[in-house]
Amino acid sequence: MTRWTPVCELAALDPERGVAALVDGVQVALFLLDDGRVLGVANHDPFSGANVVSRGIVGTHGERTTVTSPMHKQVWDLVTGECLDAAGKDPVDLAVFAVEVRDGTVHVGS
Amino acid sequence: MNTSPSQTQPDGGSADPDVAARPLAGSTAAALPAEVAAPAASQVSAPQRVVVVGGGMVAQRFVEALRDRDDAGRHHVTVLAEEPRAPYDRVALTSYFSGRDPEALALGDPALWQDPLVRLVRGDAVTRVDRDARTVMTASGRTFPYDELVLATGSDAAVPPIEGNDLPGVFVYRTIDDVAALRGWVEERAAAASRPVRGAVIGGGLLGLEAAGALKALGAQATVVQFGTHLMSAQVDLGGGEALRRLINSLGVAVRVNTATQRMRPSRRTGAVGRLDFADGGRLDVDVVVLATGVRPRDELGRAMGLEIGARGGVVVDDACRTAVQNVWAIGEVACIQGACIGLVAPGYAMAEVVVDRLLGGAATFPGADTATKLKLAGVDVASWGDAFGSTPGSMEVVWADPVGGVYKKLVLADDARTLLGGVLVGDATAYASLRPMLGRALPGDPAAFLLPEGGAGAPELELPDDAGVCSCNNVSAGTVRAAVTEHGCTDLAGVKACTRAGTSCGSCLPLVKKLMTAELARSGVEVSNALCEHFDLSRAQLYDAVRVAGLTSFSEVVARFGTAEAGRGCDICKPVVASILSTVAPAHVLDGERATLQDTNDHVMANMQKDGTYSVVPRIPGGEITPEGLLVIGQVAKDFGLYTKITGGQRIDMFGARIDQLPGIWQRLVDAGFESGHAYGKSLRTVKSCVGSTWCRFGVQDSVGLAVDLELRYRGLRSPHKIKLGVSGCARECAEARGKDVGVIATDNGWNVYVGGNGGFTPKHAVLLAEDLSTEELVRTIDRFLMYYIRTADRLQRTAAWVADYEGGVDAIRAVVLEDSLGICADLDAAMVLHLETYEDEWAATLADPDKLRHFRSFVNAPDEHDRTLAYVAERGQARPATAAERAGAGAGPVLVAGTTLEVRS
Repeated sequence: MTRWTPVCELAALDPERGVAALVDGVQVALFLLDDGRVLGVANHDPFSGANVVSRGIVGTHGERTTVTSPMHKQVWDLVTGECLDAAGKDPVDLAVFAVEVRDGTVHVGS
Repeated sequence: MNTSPSQTQPDGGSADPDVAARPLAGSTAAALPAEVAAPAASQVSAPQRVVVVGGGMVAQRFVEALRDRDDAGRHHVTVLAEEPRAPYDRVALTSYFSGRDPEALALGDPALWQDPLVRLVRGDAVTRVDRDARTVMTASGRTFPYDELVLATGSDAAVPPIEGNDLPGVFVYRTIDDVAALRGWVEERAAAASRPVRGAVIGGGLLGLEAAGALKALGAQATVVQFGTHLMSAQVDLGGGEALRRLINSLGVAVRVNTATQRMRPSRRTGAVGRLDFADGGRLDVDVVVLATGVRPRDELGRAMGLEIGARGGVVVDDACRTAVQNVWAIGEVACIQGACIGLVAPGYAMAEVVVDRLLGGAATFPGADTATKLKLAGVDVASWGDAFGSTPGSMEVVWADPVGGVYKKLVLADDARTLLGGVLVGDATAYASLRPMLGRALPGDPAAFLLPEGGAGAPELELPDDAGVCSCNNVSAGTVRAAVTEHGCTDLAGVKACTRAGTSCGSCLPLVKKLMTAELARSGVEVSNALCEHFDLSRAQLYDAVRVAGLTSFSEVVARFGTAEAGRGCDICKPVVASILSTVAPAHVLDGERATLQDTNDHVMANMQKDGTYSVVPRIPGGEITPEGLLVIGQVAKDFGLYTKITGGQRIDMFGARIDQLPGIWQRLVDAGFESGHAYGKSLRTVKSCVGSTWCRFGVQDSVGLAVDLELRYRGLRSPHKIKLGVSGCARECAEARGKDVGVIATDNGWNVYVGGNGGFTPKHAVLLAEDLSTEELVRTIDRFLMYYIRTADRLQRTAAWVADYEGGVDAIRAVVLEDSLGICADLDAAMVLHLETYEDEWAATLADPDKLRHFRSFVNAPDEHDRTLAYVAERGQARPATAAERAGAGAGPVLVAGTTLEVRS
């Protein structure tokens, strides 16, 4: 059973930019895309060990919507968390978090 | 080095202890072969002593090749140079007028002369060779024994037997000293007279035209006096000579052909040269005359040694560059090889390689001279190669002439109408690099297609055979260039140049080398498109122009208009590039609307991300000048927020360990105290480093701090393809290390010299001289244009050093753009800089004044008062640093962990 935690108003998010949220002590990176979807992945960058994924640049690679680590440029699929470019290291995927927007409020599932 | 005692030589000179690897066994040695006279014990290990007479380009190549190939280090080489300097690029001598920097003429890697097996003796001419004793004697009285002697004495300028050729004001054009003397004379005359200095060049060949160009560069009038029917008659036919004359005229240089100079008459007033009298009765008033009627081999040593001398001078050698005397070789212009002396550098290089090969036991022979030439004169393109005159029986010529456009092109073909025998290109020599290697090979398709202007019928792509020569200076074949890519993994031009040496001398083959490299990379599946990323097919420079011309102001517009079909929403490569382009084309705050989504985290939060995800903060300290009050503010802020502080290389202070949510608070304090963003995070101007200059320094000649402050305030916030650093030194001592910067300014007694393209970092590079003795106003205008041109045309993440190196025509071409407006874009560049100045604002002050922008600095969207509790620090040398993984794991047992940096009590 998914437990939904209300996090913030949708209006608090900027399109194509991430924010960090604290959900039960876990740092989640939330991204509002230009099509209105909100996606959530772990904020912890497994390559550098720093909590910075939310500060990466959002983009597309082919059909996939991606975020690039601001630390060493690894790239992940924002929908699946799959590591698409490990920048020369062994790929490590990101945990993904379910996100729902209800009545203008963003909820993160856990 | 050897420790054998030196001893007095028969002639009274003393052997140089550094060079005399073995003592000569007294005067009896003269009668015996060296092998017998030398002590037997030293036979096995004793290095061969190679003495090179002459310190020119060919000598340099010889030493380079020897040190390159003599892996065992069996040869000690001593170069005896008459000129007081290391070998320099004589081919580029004319650039000394624009550059005036002898260093810019340096050849190859200067480390060559630090090699323990290499000794360079400067400023000492060889006066005598004792071929029996195997020693050479110099003017200073030193004696150098040799096992192998290489004559590389080159040529000197021929002085025609014209009456008055010894008058003051008559010069030759061969060495740096010649050029310096000529320049001094012209400048002196210019200062004394109220009218322009009138110059004449006798001789209308390659050198004469370069000399005329040099006179023009010095502000003198120039008339070229040619005895023959047309200019460059050794390389170009009459039709080409006519086209060339028009081009030379258009540069403001007068040309008289079919003119014999009868005598040079002194001015009655000055006693210096004042008038030329011609055989046809004509006269020309002059203040300076340059003789450029040819060169004469320096074969006097060879004559004195009794070596065979060619009919027109030069030491006769066989195809291995051997003279008839054992262990004596001759290379370069002094060598009379295959019946003639060759006054070009490429064949000289080839001879140097031949002798090195022979010394190392090889069997190389001189492959025959490649007499292809290309004139290096701004605004005039001339090239000639092979049988340029169509003298081969049965040959035919294909000619394209456009008198209006000043273009003349000719190909000489064999009787099969396909095989290329030679050619002449005047006015447009772009085809030279690809056509010259086709010499002796069949051209594909219609030969005429190669002569038509670019964009015309379109010549078929030339596929060079592997053995076709590409770089004649360094004798590099197409196959070698290809192998650099396929076997040595080179992926860029710099790599191929380093690997093959192609294009490292005169550089005229670089376009071809690049083409070969690109084709080979493409073939091996390496992506070589200039496309920015999958979202844009354009290069950064192309995209810049497109955005500018189309007048676009947002990423959405740019990607819709110029993105690829499946462009999507950009990526971490194209987004920051577009943000950077827009910042100078349509300036706006980095966090304005959609712009905010394009920025790297550094630009997004206007600080530098460090390894633990916190940031460092650098307030601007223009020119490195800061008041004690300013220092106190920075110190107090760092203390209050618990930040680690360090002085940067750019003469300012970096404060580390600021969390994203602390940045606005830190900056509020800094802005209140009058600081502004230092843009340490941006691909933009970083700092203008300065020495203290004439205000305090005993040696300073200009106010370097004042200029540095002005420059830093002018270019602050200017975003560019990569970071830009400037430096200003108040005198030639260069304490600001300005030549390690993208733009370096060095004070002179008369103003400022400006250098460009310097770099520290991974591939250090000294900046090269762009212009000298500029007034402050001229200097600023020059830097404005240089920077703006770089911003417009460089690749993504390409520093100025690489940009200058890759720019076709190099710094000379860039100088033409920014100083002579050769592209007609200077007004545009100036306007772009004015726009930057008018729209600059401190982006941190603007951010603090806008609550909407401050939203970007929240720690957590749902817990803005919380902060990242995982940050951990360890005290070291009295300050905090991030804890290592091991320290985190063993927390409690190891060093004391301190909590994340916090604002201590202070409201």
